[in-house]
Amino acid sequence: MRATTLDASAGQTLRQDIGRRMAITVGPILVSLVLAGCVLLAVGVNPVAYYGFVIERGLLSPLGLQQTLTRMAPLLFIAAGLIVAFRAGMWNLGGDGQFLLGAVTAAASAPLLVQVLPGWLALLTAFLMATIVATVWSLVPALLRAYQGVNEIITTLMMSFLGVSLANVLVKLVFLDPGTTVPQTRTLPVADRLPRLFDTTITSGLVFGLVAIVAVHLVMTRTAFGLKLRTVGANPRAAVHAGLSVPLLTVAVFAISAALIGMGGAIDIIGVQGNVRADWNPAYGMAVIPVVFLARMNGFAAIGFVFLLSVLSIGGESAARRLGVPQTFTLVLVSIVLITLAVAEYLDHRYQQARRA
Amino acid sequence: MATTVKHPQGSPAIVKLEGVTKRFPGIVANDRVDLEIHPGEVHVLLGENGAGKSTLIGMLSGLQQPDGGRILIDGAEVAIRSPSHALSLGIGTVFQHNMLVPTLTVAQNLALGGRWWESPKISELADRVAQIAQPLGIDINLDARVSELSLGEQQQVEIVRALLRDSRLLILDEATSMLTPKGIAELGALMRRLVERGLAIVFITHKLGEAADFGDRVSVLKLGRKVGEISPERLRSLDRTALVDEIVAMMFGREAGDDAVSIPPRAANDDALLEVRDLHVSPTGDAPGLDAISFTIGHGEILGIAGIDGNGQKQLAEALAGQRAAERGSVVLAGQTLDGLDVGGRRQKGLRYLTDDRLGEGTVGSFPVSINYFLKQVGEPPLWRSGVEQRGEIGKRAEELNRQYDVRTPSIATPIGRLSGGNIQKVLIARELAEGARAVIFNKPTYGLDLANTLATRQRIRDIASQGLAVLLISTDLEELLSMCHRIAVISQGRLVGTVPNGEGAAERVGRLMIGLAA
Repeated sequence: MRATTLDASAGQTLRQDIGRRMAITVGPILVSLVLAGCVLLAVGVNPVAYYGFVIERGLLSPLGLQQTLTRMAPLLFIAAGLIVAFRAGMWNLGGDGQFLLGAVTAAASAPLLVQVLPGWLALLTAFLMATIVATVWSLVPALLRAYQGVNEIITTLMMSFLGVSLANVLVKLVFLDPGTTVPQTRTLPVADRLPRLFDTTITSGLVFGLVAIVAVHLVMTRTAFGLKLRTVGANPRAAVHAGLSVPLLTVAVFAISAALIGMGGAIDIIGVQGNVRADWNPAYGMAVIPVVFLARMNGFAAIGFVFLLSVLSIGGESAARRLGVPQTFTLVLVSIVLITLAVAEYLDHRYQQARRA
Repeated sequence: MATTVKHPQGSPAIVKLEGVTKRFPGIVANDRVDLEIHPGEVHVLLGENGAGKSTLIGMLSGLQQPDGGRILIDGAEVAIRSPSHALSLGIGTVFQHNMLVPTLTVAQNLALGGRWWESPKISELADRVAQIAQPLGIDINLDARVSELSLGEQQQVEIVRALLRDSRLLILDEATSMLTPKGIAELGALMRRLVERGLAIVFITHKLGEAADFGDRVSVLKLGRKVGEISPERLRSLDRTALVDEIVAMMFGREAGDDAVSIPPRAANDDALLEVRDLHVSPTGDAPGLDAISFTIGHGEILGIAGIDGNGQKQLAEALAGQRAAERGSVVLAGQTLDGLDVGGRRQKGLRYLTDDRLGEGTVGSFPVSINYFLKQVGEPPLWRSGVEQRGEIGKRAEELNRQYDVRTPSIATPIGRLSGGNIQKVLIARELAEGARAVIFNKPTYGLDLANTLATRQRIRDIASQGLAVLLISTDLEELLSMCHRIAVISQGRLVGTVPNGEGAAERVGRLMIGLAA
């Protein structure tokens, strides 16, 4: 079917190409739903009921949809941060630590700042402080990778464990709210949080998240800076040959990536949560990594997949309460999707090669 | 000397290669190579790094599949699918780098590859090893740990392992590279005993002397093509000096189809344009350093750098381009010193470097042709304005360059990694000649190109010199240097050991400098 010449039917081949892309994306997702359904059957849950419930609670009911859209706000920031890093070939797996440190910084500062500053300025200051703290936290892996060539997968993961623990310690020892017995930070009053959109419960953080990820996408694909980062990611030796300062760009990548993830933490606090409870760790960072891969590090596709992840996670939380399926089943589902997609990609590659040969 | 042994004359070839071709992205590694391997012969495959020796044995040992041509075994065409298939066909390979597990004993290593559900029968193995090793005069201690053996002993173990699998053809890849002179002599004697027992041996090396000492038949590879073969009869009729001379002529000699010598006329302005004084670079773990390199190149002059590969050529190019830090020394271009400038700064001043590693560092294979044209100008107006990519402008310029440099690509959006080596090279040349070029360093500019592209690239370099630019041409192909350079300097172990003006007798003098003899 592809016995066409190169120039004559470029449009047609392109359309076939997009069609093939769709087929090897949608097909595996359907297969994964069936596979995950088998897992559900094995633990004695009716998969149809489960999927129905998830869709009902995460997507169709008005309240559920609003929760889903609110959940997207921090996830979009994290996705933006990961896209910067992954496109530049750096595996920042320290999202959880960076996220929580940003969140704790915002939670510690915002309730105090609103007492002395105008509301918007207080939130902006807290937001920026969170960004800076997360950025600083990424410096260790960044400098080690840039100047010593230490593998950032290990260092960011390790720093993430430390970051999560440090955030916890800060909540329990330093920023403890003296007014409650529960170990948590002071709470930002609902009135002082980011405004909600229109007459819904959706946080305006969603808008910031969308702006952030679209901006990241445009910077990565349309600007000289983004091209330099992608060059470092695609072929570091070519970057050196072209005269780019790879160590400097490496540090910049980590800083930007961690800053965006820290912003995600801040936006979750000043928009939704209001405080950080001790031992709170939603592990969004890890959940978003597969999503970014599914989106092939494309910002617009990532918006779609983040929405899907939010539906699954909000719906999954409800289903956990109602049907007794653990909430982590969402992650099981996402990983099955990732594996089937990888298998589909492999088979497609083999098929293409066989046809060419 | 390998001359007195009686061969099973006229015995049919075990393995025969007919027009075998292997391409890698951007490179033709083997170009229609014919080879016959007979039992009872040590067949030496001689060639420099990158001549295509490793690829050739890769195909014989089942690691790679040829893109064209046929491999015949005992006269029947066979596709060697995998290393284990090659073994079952009787082709055993001892690779350049040791393939034994150092923490296991010799016996355990030899038993590897047996069926996984059986425990290895060590006593049976010991009998067989004794049977094989004794007549060959090899003494193997089966209980020794491999890590305790010398490299020569490890190699013997590998040879025995190949024989245990009933190999009829033994391939030894750069087998002498890690051995002491005594070890080399022992290996030579062992090979002799093996071929006396009717085995065929393919012995791969880049050392002339070994080819002369050990070979019954010598095939010379050069840039992927087989450029000559010396048959056993002819080999026996020559003495060693005559033999070496003949091999040198093949390795560095003229090939059919090479272009004629044409040295571009020098520009009227004869001042030095590029001046390098006392350049030092410290050696690193895997690369030689540079020692007191000094030279000047005038307007419109082509200075060639000849030498065996890996003697500091790449380091020289990188130090000049600013990619590698120099310990001391200075580089002056058109009266302006370049010391302390980085890659971008030097490029700005007009010093350009065309890398030999087109895919590894010259291009980003997954990026479109258009972006690869301007990879060294990212962010500069008018292609980028305030840091934002101007797609229209970039596309227009890329189309222009495509026409100007005759780059054959489906479109400027095609990932450059899909183009042929010749077309990638044209893109790189276009990139380096972008406005403001004054001196250009070419590192092995025709490596891996087919003949037409080789000739086109050489002509392009002559044209550049005719425009008054200074050209530094680094090449391991002496013929290429002789065909266009004004002067040729020879590099050896990081030093320039001599400079020869091109002309009558230059080939001889450069050739002698290259193999370490005084000119």
